[in-house]
Amino acid sequence: MKKTYKIEVDCANCANKMEEAAKKTDGVKDCSVNFMALKMNVEFEDGADEKEVMKAVVKNCKKVEDDCEVYL
Amino acid sequence: MMTKKQKKVLIRIIVSTVLLVGLEIVFRFVEVNPYIRLALYLIPYFVIGYDILKKAGKGILNRQVLDENFLMAVATIGAIALQEYREGVAVMLFYQIGEFFQSYAVGKSRRNISDLMDIRPDYANLEMDGEVTKVEPDEVAIGGVIHVYPGEKIPIDGIVTEGESTLHTAALTGESVPRRVIAGDEVISGCVNISGILKVRTTKEFGESTVSKILDLVENAGSKKSRSENFITKFAKYYTPAVCIGALILALIVPTILLLMKQEVSYGDWIYRGLTFLVISCPCALVISIPLTFFAGIGGASKAGVLIKGSNYLEALSKVRTVLFDKTGTVTQGVFEVVGIHHNEMENQKLLEYVALIEGRSTHPIAKSIVEAYGGSLDFDRVTDLKEISGQGVAALVDGTAVAAGNARLMDALGVPYISCHHPGTIVHVAIDNKYAGHILISDILKPTSKEAMRGLRAAGVRKLVMLTGDMETVAKAVCEELGADDFCSDLLPEGKVEKVEAYLHMQNKGETLAFVGDGINDAPVLTRADIGIAMGALGSDAAIEAADVVLMDDDMLKVVQAKKIAIKCMRIVYENIVFALAVKALCLLLGALGIANMWLAIFADVGVMVIAVLNAIRALRVAKV
Repeated sequence: MKKTYKIEVDCANCANKMEEAAKKTDGVKDCSVNFMALKMNVEFEDGADEKEVMKAVVKNCKKVEDDCEVYL
Repeated sequence: MMTKKQKKVLIRIIVSTVLLVGLEIVFRFVEVNPYIRLALYLIPYFVIGYDILKKAGKGILNRQVLDENFLMAVATIGAIALQEYREGVAVMLFYQIGEFFQSYAVGKSRRNISDLMDIRPDYANLEMDGEVTKVEPDEVAIGGVIHVYPGEKIPIDGIVTEGESTLHTAALTGESVPRRVIAGDEVISGCVNISGILKVRTTKEFGESTVSKILDLVENAGSKKSRSENFITKFAKYYTPAVCIGALILALIVPTILLLMKQEVSYGDWIYRGLTFLVISCPCALVISIPLTFFAGIGGASKAGVLIKGSNYLEALSKVRTVLFDKTGTVTQGVFEVVGIHHNEMENQKLLEYVALIEGRSTHPIAKSIVEAYGGSLDFDRVTDLKEISGQGVAALVDGTAVAAGNARLMDALGVPYISCHHPGTIVHVAIDNKYAGHILISDILKPTSKEAMRGLRAAGVRKLVMLTGDMETVAKAVCEELGADDFCSDLLPEGKVEKVEAYLHMQNKGETLAFVGDGINDAPVLTRADIGIAMGALGSDAAIEAADVVLMDDDMLKVVQAKKIAIKCMRIVYENIVFALAVKALCLLLGALGIANMWLAIFADVGVMVIAVLNAIRALRVAKV
């Protein structure tokens, strides 16, 4: 399953770091962050609980870039 | 237009600049106690850098030591510790100026692009029980009747049931000539109604309408990243740690080795060099300018009516050396036209009138083209005894005279000797009163811009232009020659087109790409198979929008040239930025290591490169007319 989320982040490198962090999160199969469009496309693993996974994604993103927002 | 956040940063930049300059002037004339001097310098330092320091602190807690905030904090605190107060403050100040500029430029181009794509309708005027109410476009069901007033955008695709008007399609197709519509015409959402009131019966839901599809496509472009973007992302990942290790080596290991070699060393000097490294360690200029360029390029292309589904396709498009294209509807108009009348003794117009009279009631495209070529009014009462001879043509009496029009077999059947035509196309032989009266040549004509497009593509670096068609060889050959294409493949079935594309894919050199251009009807497999599938005039054809990588909003072959030019320009900017930023960084690192470049130079170079790279990237937004 794929979903797109709106995000808020200030710098392009931070967006890349968020992508990296999201990819490493359990339950995320793949992720692509589009800095210019401020969007995060997440592909979930089969059977993953989307809400729980996204909570973890946000937590991991905040770790690498404190000043970011993912609108769930 | 600035956001609150940006305004706040700007104020901090101004305040700390004024403070710093003020302090410099004061210290030039007044001798001040060194502790007070430090304290005074710390005021502008905290004004400009408090958020960076805070983020750096959080970074440490989250074990993100290679975070640029942390590195900036280390560099500036280090400089202050070395009693280079002025440099410490200035580095922080310029770093913030750079960040501010970047965020402003990015915000501005985001807005620019959404303005360019200002086709999203805000409401629909829905007619219900004789009353018209404003509703959200997605509340209108298929078959609902909506009113579109002058100045409004058509919110949903549909068919005009009442009224007539002119439509401005520029936002969709880049075409500036307005289109006239009357009852019965199909209209697509996103067009602006200029003059009259239109009643439109919707044929799609809002979500399935053209405007939603386009917005969806443009907004999601860029999630497919190009190789250059991935390269930079990877580079950034290794660059920062590498420079940091370099800084550590310069600051601690090199002087220690020199000391062991019993040379005189100043640790302060080497630490300073290490801190200079940290200033250059941020990969921002590179990381921001590449996606910004692609974003601007894709945005500028959308404005011109060329929708590109991702930066990877923009990259591939720039490398296109082979273009295969469909004939009918792509380079030709796909409508038949009378192009000649030969071997007739009767006047052209008279002959056409006879044939138009007997063919006039048919809906066959050939018959239609003859009626159109005649142009006058037809009195079908003059026609009697009309016979359609299947697979041959028609015969009838016009004013009592026998008229027959059809193919060679019809002439054979009538026993009328006929003259074959050496021109390619469909031939309609005419016999009047059982005598040969000449033939009418009908063919599909080229679009007016197709030839120019071929030349344009060659000028833009395409080496092979091949036309694919299901038509017979004579027709294909003639069109190919008139067009100035290199080759053609005729008599192809849809599967045959895929095979040809595959054959050409095998033939091309590494690093080159192949594009297929088609009008999107029955082309989906070919569009998918080519490196880049370009669907033209695809408004309304969902299958083509799905399958294609590049969608042209009208059916002008010149748009392909434009797309290719945009791609080339974009990639040139991308390479310029990569080379330029890397070269300046490398030079600064070298000069910094040798102790020639100080922190001032380092921060100037770093911010300067970013500003130039960003300005260069924004150039991609401007799209030249073809």
